[in-house]
Amino acid sequence: MLSYILSRLVALALSLVVASLVIFVMIEMVPGDPASFMLGLNAAPDTVAALRAELGLGGSPPERYLRWIGGMLQGDFGTSYTYRTPVAELVTARLAVSLPLAVMALLLSTLIAIPVGLYAASRRGGPGDWSVMGLTQLGIAVPNFWFAMILVVIFAIQLRWFSAGGFPGWDQGVWPSLKALTLPAVALALPQASILARVMRSSVLEVLGQDYIRTARAKGLSRRRTLTDHALRNALIPVLTIIGLQFSFLIAGAIIIENVFFLPGLGRLVFQGITQRDLIVVESVVMLLVFAVILVNFLVDIAYGFADPRLRRR
Amino acid sequence: MTTLFTRPAWAALAAAAAMNASVALAAQTSITVGMQLEPPNLDPTGGAAAAIDEVVYANVFEGLTRYQADGSVAPALAKSWVISDDGLVYTFSLHGGVTFHDGSAMDAEDVKFSLDRARAEESTNAQKRLFTGIASVDVVDPLTVKITLSNPDGGFITNLAWGDAVIVAPESIEAAKTAPVGTGPFTFSRWVQGDRVELARNPDYWGRPVALETATFKFISDPTAAFAAMMAGDIDAFPNYPAPETLPQFEADPRFRVIVGSTEGETILSTNNKADHLSDVRIRQAIAHAIDRQAIIDGAMFGYGTPIGTHFAPHHPDYVDLTSGSAHDPARARALLKEAGAENLTLSLKLPPPAYARRGGEIIAAQLREVGIGTEIENLEWAQWLEQVFRGKDYDLTIVSHTEPMDIGIYANPDYYFQYDSAAFQGMIGDLKLATDPAERTRLMKAAQRKVAGDYVNGFLFQLARTGVSNAKISGLWENAPTQANDLTGVSWSD
Repeated sequence: MLSYILSRLVALALSLVVASLVIFVMIEMVPGDPASFMLGLNAAPDTVAALRAELGLGGSPPERYLRWIGGMLQGDFGTSYTYRTPVAELVTARLAVSLPLAVMALLLSTLIAIPVGLYAASRRGGPGDWSVMGLTQLGIAVPNFWFAMILVVIFAIQLRWFSAGGFPGWDQGVWPSLKALTLPAVALALPQASILARVMRSSVLEVLGQDYIRTARAKGLSRRRTLTDHALRNALIPVLTIIGLQFSFLIAGAIIIENVFFLPGLGRLVFQGITQRDLIVVESVVMLLVFAVILVNFLVDIAYGFADPRLRRR
Repeated sequence: MTTLFTRPAWAALAAAAAMNASVALAAQTSITVGMQLEPPNLDPTGGAAAAIDEVVYANVFEGLTRYQADGSVAPALAKSWVISDDGLVYTFSLHGGVTFHDGSAMDAEDVKFSLDRARAEESTNAQKRLFTGIASVDVVDPLTVKITLSNPDGGFITNLAWGDAVIVAPESIEAAKTAPVGTGPFTFSRWVQGDRVELARNPDYWGRPVALETATFKFISDPTAAFAAMMAGDIDAFPNYPAPETLPQFEADPRFRVIVGSTEGETILSTNNKADHLSDVRIRQAIAHAIDRQAIIDGAMFGYGTPIGTHFAPHHPDYVDLTSGSAHDPARARALLKEAGAENLTLSLKLPPPAYARRGGEIIAAQLREVGIGTEIENLEWAQWLEQVFRGKDYDLTIVSHTEPMDIGIYANPDYYFQYDSAAFQGMIGDLKLATDPAERTRLMKAAQRKVAGDYVNGFLFQLARTGVSNAKISGLWENAPTQANDLTGVSWSD
């Protein structure tokens, strides 16, 4: 087991090094100098040079790469060119929006998807199954930003129950903040719930075809008891894998929804960083996301190792 | 006993009722203003982003002079000034009793510090050229400061009104990027990055106190989201409203007021005067005649914008209408192209992100095709545009709005990205810099406008309009934008 973990750790470290190189090279290739962008059309060349020096943009690419990696190893993610505040602070502030939003969306989608998927599987081929399949198809097909705009029109402009967007900040109270995240979370959750419900349905159907289900029915268990006691637990495993994937998507991929609801989240920070050539923010946030995904994969690998002894010997 | 108890109880009730009534009757004293772009920082002396001035200009920071809503320049921290006969020495007397928001006094030392800092060698002031004419700044006494110029400069008082010329204090300037400390009628409260900046009334303001108690600037980049926020009442005013196509809906709704004003933005089809073919004035003239300005204004700007025939703001008293010299005339354009022997021309058209450029670019491409000029459109981000077009001069045509006030002087710089090199024009701008007599200045400015129009340096399209939406109960917002600012000092709610 130890050697298995060690080999996974080496793979983790190698992936991180490769990822950091790829990110650095890609960002190096992006045209556009941050300093001249910040100073605009009328800046004199010596002013741009002064700002470049102030931002620490000098040095050869390998030098800058090592400085960046060295800083990150010591927990220093650099200072944003545009905001002039440490990137770590910016990311923490943005995570205070993105993380709760992702959790809310995920909870919502799971709470909807699991019962709905189970229901559809138990009514296989019937009108209930047909309508669930139809609705979830629609849920996957409709872009979430369009759905978000419809939510805004109904609940913000017409009914005035919610604001059209924005985020007051957690220090203004938990309730106003949760309220501000409700519509975005619903908009994010719906397509995810549709996918998840379909996965849930097919997973349950597959389990229902297994021998042990027939055995359970044969020993006299009711349909419902078979479903909840035997099928559900086993059917949840592929669903959990999808939930894991969805979570990392929700953290980084909520950018369009963040734009529709003008939420100060992580996705918008990266987007803004790209347009304003705040390259250090882009580099560091992307690297952080890569690290998070690789770490999750690593933990999953380890968990598989515990669950399935055959994997350890490989 | 009972009377003893009941009387205060009644009194309290009555008082409470009165308080409720006064709350209901009092006009609203807070405002939420929408802005499309978030400022990168809040120090107007350390960045070019217009969004910085749109939050802090006149609200948090003040200069010796300031722009007013009508575009004129008025005294601000300077009470008055005397100009020496040779036009070189400006002696400013400052208002007494002015304090920064941190409580420290504003005096001549701070003025000297601010101006010396802006013109210093290592200065990162984006408009450093405004200050390069200053030879020295001397403190005469705490409320008098003497500025000596190396050459007379007729525009010096106007230069001092720019947001880049505000007076800052040496004690607080280091932190100004995230916590600005100025002398203005609003103090900075907080900045929730990515969401909003909050300001509060400065109780110790030296001048006329403002009507608003708090002001919030909220950043909404998406035009559809801006529309929704305005309609839902989350935003009270959006002075630079990004979705002009929805303005008719606001016009029809009595809750809102639509504000259409002018800006200092001359929107032009910038032309590389040193590129192949384009160095030939006949081809540049052909392009000018190929363009139908009104079609661009209607098609790309939903009808908002004033046609211009030169690089000058139409609302300026010295503006000359030269649009007829480059009137839409495709036949003339074709004849000129034939004469120049350039009938199968293909030019690059590089477009930055704003809607006027992207939408306008497609219309111009179609208009140029009419006269037989092909274009290769390339959409660029701002940073790319700065690199390739503005610094690299690797382009034939591009569309940009030049938003600095009174910037015809850029045509005198042969290294500017138009690469227009005319000794005659450079002479006019040189004379203009030295001229202090108003009649002479007017003559020179008119001559300069005629010169760039007659040389067909660029395609002159239209003056960018500023379209805004506000709650109908708000008054005192700027209609025009003589400088990029959201001056809230005169804003109030009516009920």
